[in-house]
Amino acid sequence: MTETVKNTLLFVVVGCLILLSGFTQSWNAAILILNMGLISAIMAIGVNLQWGFAGLFNVGVMGFVALGGLAVVLVSTPPTDGAWSAGGYGIVLALLLGAATVVAAVLVVQKMPRGRVQTLVIIAILIAGFFIYRAVFDPNAAAVEAIDPAVAGNLGGLNLPVLLAWPAGGLLAAGAAWLIGKTALGLRSDYLAIATLGIAEIIIAVMKNEDWLARGVKNVYGIPRPAPVVGYEVELQNDPSFIARADWLGLDLVTASTLSVKLGYSLLFLIVLLVLLWMAQMALRSPWGRMMRAIRDNEVAAEAMGKDVTRRHLQIFVLGSAVCGIAGAMMTTLDGQLTPGAYQPLRFTFLVWVMVIVGGSGNNFGSVLGAFLIWFLWVQVEPIGQWLMNLITVGMPDGSALKAHLIESAAHMRLFTMGLILLIVLRFSPRGLIPEK
Amino acid sequence: MDFLNALVALSNFVLVPAIAYGSQLALGALGVTLIYGILRFSNFAHGDTMAFGAMIAVLVTWGLQAAGVSFGPLPTALLALPFAILGCIVLVLVTDRMVYRFYREQKAKPVILVIVSMGVMFIMNGLVRFIIGPDDQRFSDGARFLIRARDFKEWTGLSEGLAIRTSQVITVVVAVAAVAALFWFLNKTRTGKSMRAYSDNEDLALLSGINPERVVMITWILVAALATTAGVLYGLDKSFKPFVYFQLLLPIFASAIVGGLGNPLGAIAGGFIIAFSEVTITYAWKKVLTYLAPENLEPSGLVQFLSTDYKFAVSFVILLIVLLFKPTGLFKGNAV
Repeated sequence: MTETVKNTLLFVVVGCLILLSGFTQSWNAAILILNMGLISAIMAIGVNLQWGFAGLFNVGVMGFVALGGLAVVLVSTPPTDGAWSAGGYGIVLALLLGAATVVAAVLVVQKMPRGRVQTLVIIAILIAGFFIYRAVFDPNAAAVEAIDPAVAGNLGGLNLPVLLAWPAGGLLAAGAAWLIGKTALGLRSDYLAIATLGIAEIIIAVMKNEDWLARGVKNVYGIPRPAPVVGYEVELQNDPSFIARADWLGLDLVTASTLSVKLGYSLLFLIVLLVLLWMAQMALRSPWGRMMRAIRDNEVAAEAMGKDVTRRHLQIFVLGSAVCGIAGAMMTTLDGQLTPGAYQPLRFTFLVWVMVIVGGSGNNFGSVLGAFLIWFLWVQVEPIGQWLMNLITVGMPDGSALKAHLIESAAHMRLFTMGLILLIVLRFSPRGLIPEK
Repeated sequence: MDFLNALVALSNFVLVPAIAYGSQLALGALGVTLIYGILRFSNFAHGDTMAFGAMIAVLVTWGLQAAGVSFGPLPTALLALPFAILGCIVLVLVTDRMVYRFYREQKAKPVILVIVSMGVMFIMNGLVRFIIGPDDQRFSDGARFLIRARDFKEWTGLSEGLAIRTSQVITVVVAVAAVAALFWFLNKTRTGKSMRAYSDNEDLALLSGINPERVVMITWILVAALATTAGVLYGLDKSFKPFVYFQLLLPIFASAIVGGLGNPLGAIAGGFIIAFSEVTITYAWKKVLTYLAPENLEPSGLVQFLSTDYKFAVSFVILLIVLLFKPTGLFKGNAV
């Protein structure tokens, strides 16, 4: 069996699994798995760029995904009336002042001679800058948050088409990645891991608490859909041509309209995935990709050949994070709402890692396959666990505490299963399902 | 009088909580740093090891409470601690045998071990949630306060009260005992010396006949004991919730790195640095400043530098500053 046949078969198997859940559960659920699978595949490509190509250990995927989601709110929602005049400009000014403080401190670090005077100047700049920032920021943020807090209380967005938010999400994530990469790259690999773990937590904390930005834990609802590809169910149900088509397919109107909306998303996501996959493949085969792998395999030798390792690392770290940001923006668009409380590191960072490693790190197709497979398992492990628990507890008397506890705990089988899969793959097939060529 | 009041308020809201929190972080960071020194990787499963140990303590405490055993004014959890440590030791030794040993023999790169520890983290997290569920669990009992705020006011006649909770005193006492025992072990016993030798120079240690598997086993036992103690103390002081232990990973790593990864003394210093910065920066200073400032100059706002929601940001910023200016940590660690 040649490699191509084997890989195609693997994809077919995963496709059949998703089809199977369509036949046995519902088509709605199957397409939902497909859509999230497509998004996960993009995240996996991003992580594969960093880990598979360059060997960078990023455990802050969640943060970059969340920034993508934030970009959707900032780009596509309508602006809140009066928010900009009430305090929006003040907030921007405060943020600029804050940035200026940091830049000034960095300049002092770089230009002034080292010594006690330098340290004192830095501390003075930082403290003064912090108080000026707070003095400008606090009243303005409070003014914005006071505007109609039940439905708004934030600045709102630019009211642009939501598709533009996807690249914007990538840019936002890239900016954050540049900042973090600039400080943590070039140190040992564990430090990057811990730094990214931290930045992800901080990004989520900011999104939860800065109500003026995206309403914090009050969530933003009603994010516009990427019309005309994705319509609204109610409109479709009143559209005569759609009714005719649904009739022809023999589907009832409600099912047909929800399926149509979800398939519209699938189409858009598939296009993005194919474009990014093509780009990643091209990058992998180009001299640049070979250089990255050379750096990954032997940093010292690559440096001796004149490659600027830290710069290349920064480059690919920013690129990979941008891809995660795009995926995050797509996910928020699919959900139609931004819920900062829903971002969990186990789900958004570590699960993507499982996808990449199970699929095959260093191979783009492997990451995509791993994403679909692991996402399918993530969704299906819960019903399977429920079924398994029911089977185990069938002999126990009804109403026993243990039986109730076991059935209730079945929901937590997910994490356990994912950990087990990761460890088994790492041990017995460390190169993944579709190994790197 | 005002000065005394300010001092009492400061102790009540900043010093006492920060000392207790610092002790917990220090114990956690000691575990991370020991693993780093001997096994040479950052253990992402450490937070969940703490959660697992604490979970056993919670279960044993419930059992003891049901059996009518109590520890007088002290929390029953202290009686449960040895059992919890034993349970945690069994877990980490089984994990080491089934998971980590393979990679040690392969001489895998540290980053692979970090990923492996991520898988272990998933499994431990799943186990804890499976056994005890994801919710808050209360297991502290005994006397709640050593000194009550009202009693303190009556004794001293000050208008500020100082409350010291039993759990805070226990935390500090147990932490001091644990650290003293650890340092005695590392510096005075033959096994401890062989561990330090192994950490300093693996090849040389092997040449002088130190059995690496034994060193690794002892390390895991120590780590399990420290992690369980830290987990139980944190649970007594705050409350037991599996997800919180995962979030403690960041301040614990920050403590270990700030002090210098692989250096036990640094881990303790780092724990207190992180705890004090977190508490002082997220504390609203209005009360203390009102006592200290002259009339009419009292602050109008809360004088809180950052809201408590950003306490992770504090440990993170300190971590970044140390990484930028002194990547090996304040005390010399063996990370390059």
